[in-house]
Amino acid sequence: MSHAAHGDEFNVLKFQYEDMDQQNDSYIVGMWTFLVTEVMFFGMLFLTYSLYRANYQNDWFTAHEQLDWKLGGINTANLLFSSFLMATAVRQAQLKDRKGVLLRLAGVLACAFGFLVIKYVEYSGKYEHHLFPGPGFAPDVTHFHGANLDHVQLFFGLYFAMTGLHGVHVLVGILVIGALGLMWFKGKKIVTEDYVPTELVGLYWHFVDIVWIFLYPLFYLMPNPSVGSGGGNH
Amino acid sequence: MSTTVKTEVGGMEHFHTKPELNYLTNGHSIRSWLLTEDHKRIAMLYLISVSFFFLIGGLAAAGVRYELMSPAGNMMESETYNKLFTAHGAVMVFLFLLVAVPAVLGNFLIPLMIGARDLAFPRLNLLSWYLYMAAGTCIMLATLGGGVDTGWTFYTPYSSMYSNSNVSLTLLGVFLGGFSSITTGMNFIVTIHKMRAPGMTWFRLPLFIWGHYATGVIMLLGTPVVAITLLCVIFERTFQLPIYSPELGGDPVLFQHMFWFYSHPAVYIMILPAFGVISEIMTAFSRKRVFGYHMIAFSSLAIAFLGFLVWGHHMFVSSQSMYQSVIFSLLTFLLAVPSAIKVWNWTATMYKGNVVLASPMIYGIGFQGLFLVGGLTGPFLASYGNDIHLTATYFVVAHFHYVMVGGSIMGFLAGIHFWWPKMTGRLYNESVAKWNGLLVFVGFNLTFFPQFIVGWMGMPRRYHYYYFAPEFQPYHIMSTLGASFLGIGFVIPVIYMVHSLFKGERATDNPWNAHGLEWNTSSPPPTENFRYKVIVTDDVYDYDPVAEHENDMQLAGGKA
Repeated sequence: MSHAAHGDEFNVLKFQYEDMDQQNDSYIVGMWTFLVTEVMFFGMLFLTYSLYRANYQNDWFTAHEQLDWKLGGINTANLLFSSFLMATAVRQAQLKDRKGVLLRLAGVLACAFGFLVIKYVEYSGKYEHHLFPGPGFAPDVTHFHGANLDHVQLFFGLYFAMTGLHGVHVLVGILVIGALGLMWFKGKKIVTEDYVPTELVGLYWHFVDIVWIFLYPLFYLMPNPSVGSGGGNH
Repeated sequence: MSTTVKTEVGGMEHFHTKPELNYLTNGHSIRSWLLTEDHKRIAMLYLISVSFFFLIGGLAAAGVRYELMSPAGNMMESETYNKLFTAHGAVMVFLFLLVAVPAVLGNFLIPLMIGARDLAFPRLNLLSWYLYMAAGTCIMLATLGGGVDTGWTFYTPYSSMYSNSNVSLTLLGVFLGGFSSITTGMNFIVTIHKMRAPGMTWFRLPLFIWGHYATGVIMLLGTPVVAITLLCVIFERTFQLPIYSPELGGDPVLFQHMFWFYSHPAVYIMILPAFGVISEIMTAFSRKRVFGYHMIAFSSLAIAFLGFLVWGHHMFVSSQSMYQSVIFSLLTFLLAVPSAIKVWNWTATMYKGNVVLASPMIYGIGFQGLFLVGGLTGPFLASYGNDIHLTATYFVVAHFHYVMVGGSIMGFLAGIHFWWPKMTGRLYNESVAKWNGLLVFVGFNLTFFPQFIVGWMGMPRRYHYYYFAPEFQPYHIMSTLGASFLGIGFVIPVIYMVHSLFKGERATDNPWNAHGLEWNTSSPPPTENFRYKVIVTDDVYDYDPVAEHENDMQLAGGKA
């Protein structure tokens, strides 16, 4: 630890750490361990999805046709772009370019809101068509070509559980990015002096993005199990 | 005694001349406790709260035991009984066992043992206590406001569709408790990776730290899975969102897989920190370097790893495939190897050591005896064929109480006795503590050994009567008698520990003449843990048998 640097670090260096390197390393290891827990958190739902889809391929294929792959696709592009903006925001934070960071974080926030708006449009559409599982589940049978509606209901159960949980993560992301942006706006030393806090928020946002990258093909882009190589009938 | 630290800070000349603030005297307001970020104070908050929940869980257990005195089940209704054993299980598992050793002793000792000023994330640590208290509040409200009757395992579809009791609120509590556990685990992992003092290499870490590292890994990998699994049950109950619904083609057994994927490793969250405690105590009171340091350290990691591969042995009588069960059975036998390595190594540590039978050692040896029985009855249940006979009998109940109560609680008591002088700066009454250790050991065996026999004879668990087999009654009476002794054995330490706070003799910095960084700071430690810069130059457990001899003579004389 260099004692000369300590004076400058005084504002941002926490009591328990020896120096900024130790503090930053701890933050980054902490963030990655948190992301590991997030992977396990979503992992259980992905496993459930795999099991049920393997069991009910044809019914689930019919059910998935109710989802609009175009809206999902727009959202995918939207999130990918926001991730790109976030990566460049971290770069600007390294360069200590306050304006650049603020601009990019605003872009990320706009994308995140856009994502939620499209999600809202999709959800309300499903709700109007009585596709929300539970007692109100009463879809128009003619759309399902004789598929087992119980299995369709399971599909929508997982659809709402998984995209809903992801949506909650987007919401948390908005809060965290908003807080980070506010700190940059006010010029708080804890974010302006060191890029690591921005990097941490970035890591979280990329994780949220990656989850969607898996959700989109799993729910919106199913191959037809009865034709081609999309999986045989058992 | 060889030194493990170099001091290099001015102001040491004041060290012995004026009384300095320690973490207990540094602030007296309620606010200074409830908003503290000091890991030592948070550990004390945890100690008080886990003790409270232990009392609640214990009272529920007492109700269960007294009901079983008679075969007719005339004290309460089946429904009340179901709620009582659920309260006992849920409170003990989620609010005591998963928390007690890591959140109290781990929290207090990890920074001290590695020479850090605090955990890596002190505020997260405080948050974990609040999450824990929120969890406790939910579970208490659910229990006192009508109760839950699903058992602590919350099996679907009973929990998701049929039970009319307060399942959702309890699950919410467990969910919050899970996040408390996750934050604690994260803190431990990051702290052990990044906060070690200069010279504190991985293989100079005390085995207590290795035990908590392995625990942290399980907390991180297992807890999120059960959290989302239980959240899905809440969704299914409250929004009718189908996840496990068998009537729609969902798979309720999937719940069991997910639940045990966490809840089996969770047993190791309960026992691995206790292993760490026992490793410390065995070496300190044998006055000898621990036998096979590396093997004990690696066996902790092996247990954490293998623990994730054996969950299916809880499901031998579910719809699980026969071949799957055979594989789970084999993997479960494998798990006996690292556990046995530990017990062998502790025994070898005592062999030719200068064993001092101080009170922590009494509890420590008691731990070994109980864990040995608990461990050795494991293979009975791991055997696929045998387990089908024993599933859901009192044999299982006895087995996991030997491991969890015998292991985890004895380890907890041993650790509290060992580090109490460090935590509070006071010495408790040593001879009462020793006799109490004996009482707990005898009471425990009297409670749970008869349950092996009556379980083998066919007594099913979770039944509130057994009029069909009145010959079981003597065993149940023995068990209840033992439980009464056990209850007394848990109350007495509270009395002499609290008494020591006010009337106890002041402890020196190192009353047991043990090695380790935590014994090199004052008792109780200052808020910043060490008044000097810590640099580790020596190996861990650097006991020198010849030089120790004189200390032993002193200690044997009862004066530290």
